[in-house]
Amino acid sequence: MPSPAFHAPDTVEGAIALLAADPLARPLGGGTDLIVQVRSGRVTPSSIVDLKRIGGLSGVRRDGEAFVIGAATPCTSLKDDAQFSAAWPGVVEAANLIGSVQVRNRATMAGNLCNASPAADSVPALVAAGATCVIAGPAGRREVPVEAVPVAPGRTSLAAGEFVIEIRLPAGRRSGSDAYLRSIPRTEMDIAVVGTAANLEFDGEGTCTSARIALGAVAPTVVLVEAAGAALIRTRLDDAALDAMAEAVRAACDPIDDKRGTISYRKAMAGVLARRAVRIAAERAGVKA
Amino acid sequence: MHAPETMKPFRHIGTRPVRPDGVDKVTGKALYGPDFKAPGMLWGAILRSPHPHARIVSIDTREAERLAGVKAVATGRDFPTLESLVMHVGEGASDIVDVAHNCLALDKVLYEGHAVAAVAATSPEIARDALALIEVEYDVLPFVLGLEEALAQDAPLLHDNMFTKGVKPRPDKPSNASMRVEMGAGDIEAGLAGAAVTVEGRYTMEPVHQGYIEPHACVASWNGDGQAQIWCSSQGHFSVRSLTASVLAIPQSDIRVMPLEIGGGFGGKTTIYLEPVAMILSRKSGRPVRLAMSREEVFRASGPAPGAIIDVRIGADADGRLVAADVEFKYHSGAYPAVDAGAGVSSAIGHYRIANTRVVGTEVLCNRPAAKAYRAPGAPQVNFAVESALDELAARLGMDPLELRLKNAAKPGDPQTSGLPWGKIGWIECLEAAKAHPHWSSPLGPNQGRGIAGGYWGNYGGPSTVNLSVAEDGTFTVATGSPDIGGSRASMAIMAAEVLDVPYEQVRCVVADTASIGVSMVTGGSRTTFATGMATVEAAGEVRHLLCQRAARIWGASPEQVQWRSGEVVCLSGDKQGETMSVADIASRSFHSGGPIAAVSALSARGWLPGFGFHICDVEVDPETGHVAVVRYTAIQDVGRAIHADYVEGQIQGGVAQGIGWALNETYIYNEEGRLDNPGFLDYRMPVASDMPMIEAVMVEVPNPDHPFGVKGVGEVPIVPPLAAVANAIKAATGKRLNSLPMSPERVYAALHPEG
Ligand SMILES: Cc1cc2nc3c(=O)[nH]c(=O)nc-3n(C[C@H](O)[C@H](O)[C@H](O)COP(=O)(O)OP(=O)(O)OC[C@H]3O[C@@H](n4cnc5c(N)ncnc54)[C@H](O)[C@@H]3O)c2cc1C
Repeated sequence: MPSPAFHAPDTVEGAIALLAADPLARPLGGGTDLIVQVRSGRVTPSSIVDLKRIGGLSGVRRDGEAFVIGAATPCTSLKDDAQFSAAWPGVVEAANLIGSVQVRNRATMAGNLCNASPAADSVPALVAAGATCVIAGPAGRREVPVEAVPVAPGRTSLAAGEFVIEIRLPAGRRSGSDAYLRSIPRTEMDIAVVGTAANLEFDGEGTCTSARIALGAVAPTVVLVEAAGAALIRTRLDDAALDAMAEAVRAACDPIDDKRGTISYRKAMAGVLARRAVRIAAERAGVKA
Repeated sequence: MHAPETMKPFRHIGTRPVRPDGVDKVTGKALYGPDFKAPGMLWGAILRSPHPHARIVSIDTREAERLAGVKAVATGRDFPTLESLVMHVGEGASDIVDVAHNCLALDKVLYEGHAVAAVAATSPEIARDALALIEVEYDVLPFVLGLEEALAQDAPLLHDNMFTKGVKPRPDKPSNASMRVEMGAGDIEAGLAGAAVTVEGRYTMEPVHQGYIEPHACVASWNGDGQAQIWCSSQGHFSVRSLTASVLAIPQSDIRVMPLEIGGGFGGKTTIYLEPVAMILSRKSGRPVRLAMSREEVFRASGPAPGAIIDVRIGADADGRLVAADVEFKYHSGAYPAVDAGAGVSSAIGHYRIANTRVVGTEVLCNRPAAKAYRAPGAPQVNFAVESALDELAARLGMDPLELRLKNAAKPGDPQTSGLPWGKIGWIECLEAAKAHPHWSSPLGPNQGRGIAGGYWGNYGGPSTVNLSVAEDGTFTVATGSPDIGGSRASMAIMAAEVLDVPYEQVRCVVADTASIGVSMVTGGSRTTFATGMATVEAAGEVRHLLCQRAARIWGASPEQVQWRSGEVVCLSGDKQGETMSVADIASRSFHSGGPIAAVSALSARGWLPGFGFHICDVEVDPETGHVAVVRYTAIQDVGRAIHADYVEGQIQGGVAQGIGWALNETYIYNEEGRLDNPGFLDYRMPVASDMPMIEAVMVEVPNPDHPFGVKGVGEVPIVPPLAAVANAIKAATGKRLNSLPMSPERVYAALHPEG
């Protein structure tokens, strides 16, 4: 088996051309999924297109009312942006639960998203945050909600020659906050058995005005549980609201039994962790739940 | 803790100097097994069975041989036909026929991952591609993984000539029970019947892996004249030599094994997997051949510690005096007979004085990799059951669990399970130290619980060779045949420097290859600091004696007129009275005063003593998720005397860390086809650093009177108590007794929420 060809273009257009020319090409972010998969023989790309040399694809910047995270930005550097960390602590903590420090110095959120693992840690937080991503390809650019990218374990909706160039999150003044929690048997270096993200907004009285609850590892792709969010809106996160939210979360779970967890444990944990994530997000927003 | 029982304070013993191998290791220069390369070397690869149990009908290697770049292909047929011969290599004994067939299967594959054929090629890629061209026809057989399933009447038999050893009369039918061991005293049923309080329970666990970070790897080069060299890391390069020579039926002196740095073994590197295969490939190709396992191969094909089912019944009188203990266990031995049951039987209940005992262990074959030694092999499993049951008994008696143990603890002179008396053991001292330790009386937070457990391991002595030589400038080199897996080079240098009364840095220690030093048994059984240390002390004493003789000769004095003092020779009388001669002076003149100065000590060390440990563990259990966090851990151990205090504490901490992993998350997961589903560190969950609290190691020193510095083995004991210590802590925190390992979040959750 020949080794794949390696390209490191410095423009988006150059990357599109390389990806479009070779149906077996793969974009490379941090490589923390891709290189492992190539080594184990799970994927056999004929060429690899490194995105890290492309100008403007690394780092967090402001674009009017949006934070823009370049697709090649490693997870650890998200923490360096004080404004972004203050606005989206849940997204930053989710991205910084991935692997270990060494892994996070390479790994990107775009790679986490495009690897399309049901257990990806940053994805539920991004979905709860209402993040979008900009996709560039031979037919131009398009912006879609992040949850539109993974369609099944290991499969995305990206067309030939397309890749994610950036992830966008709202940057306006917030009256809320977010949080992400996962269940793993160890304390790090593990794959989520369940992941839960909560993104809440409140009015001046502490009444919840908007709530997005997203789950990882309980279905083939990330799940945005609208009924769980609805159970919290117009409440002050009293026990009844939290119970209803947790119930909606458990009902939305469609997990499998596997070596990492059973269906019943995953469902139970989704409820427990969603409650905790909601509490943490509320606390971060200065609201007592 | 205890003041050393010594006349004069030591100069080096018990200090913490930097290890001589440290700089190489932290700068990445150290050569480990997989690092070694030889000029002209070929890359080997091994084809492994996808089936847990199958007859090999045929192996067609012709396509592979034709692939450009392939230089040799080997199968089990390339080994000579061997006669059954049981070889003891320390912490294990194996029939050489089984060793050979485990390296390359002959007629049957006995587990998924069993080696079937091997190739050597000019690149790793070609070797891998060649494996895909080998055609193996299998006749797939029913397989069995579980202990009780393997013992069932209609179970598939792994070996149709297996008649349980240790059963009289010899069974008339073959079975998967390879061995039965029984010990005991008194009358067990009468003892239990007379008890005021009894507890009984069944405890179970799956096999666990030793988890060394460095995978098995070797380079072998076998020349046309019959002589060969092997570079590998192992716990005993002399065992690599003897086992490889036996498998290939060649003289041991024709193989020179070069020990490389070892990246963890924990008992799992006391055997061979790759060396004879690399030898065959080298002979066929005429080139050095490298074989190295991937992590996946390590999990699929190298030895785990046995899983177990253990049934326990223990009874006490109303005052808490233990009157009877009945322990019956079954251990997985995997594909070939193993020997953990014997150690399990003698490690079960000997730490208590009990009049009526019966301990029975059975080794059970099943379609898993052959079990291999893992740190105190056979002891942690049975200890988990016994120390958990004692906790239940204490609760039933309404007695403090530490007091229950103190009341019944064995003292020097009390009988072991075998009936032989205990020597100078420090078990009671450990229990007393635990009682006095602030941890024992510290308060606990919400959802926290405290568990305790004690255990022991027999340790060993055995054969070691040491060569201590004096360089021309008066510095010293200690060469041993003992691979350094826990800082033994530093400990040897300390002991030699102590005897010679010279600075530590003046003594350097190396691990010599099999042609450069005499035979030494594996580094295992916690024997090296004890036995190789004894040889080092003896050799250092002899060199000191030689140096005195030389000085006397140079001075023209008689040996009685000189004395060793502060690292040099002093003349006590005559016209040179009061003069001193340094080692450098003597050494620089040695060529003209009788030749180079060196001493060899080759001995079989006797007088080893077991080690005892007592652990206190605090856990915090998340009642909603079942997650268990070990929040405080104190391990108290009788270490005899610590030679290098850091490395003794390191052994204690390492053993506890492995024990906590075993208790909480490590387990093998097999799928319905009998294939391992978690052959990697992602899903075989060894603890990571953030899972561990600071483990406090408390050294109790009850010196061994039969060792020049009081050494007792320390490396294995600390993995014995943690399984039960953690389980007992979970019981204290939650009120739930978990009888099955691992106590993963999901299992704990299920215990706390039986409704689901
Ligand atoms: C030791 C270890 C621990 C890990 N722990 C975790 C964990 O705790 N949680 C977790 O979620 N993950 C974990 N992972 C997986 C991995 O680190 C993450 O998924 C990471 O976010 C992937 O990012 P990357 O930039 O390295 O992706 P890459 O490996 O570069 O790419 C991943 C996939 O996405 C594609 N891709 C990458 N960038 C783009 C793009 N911009 N547009 C389109 N396609 C793209 C690649 O072609 C590839 O198929 C772990 C991995 C390792 C090795």
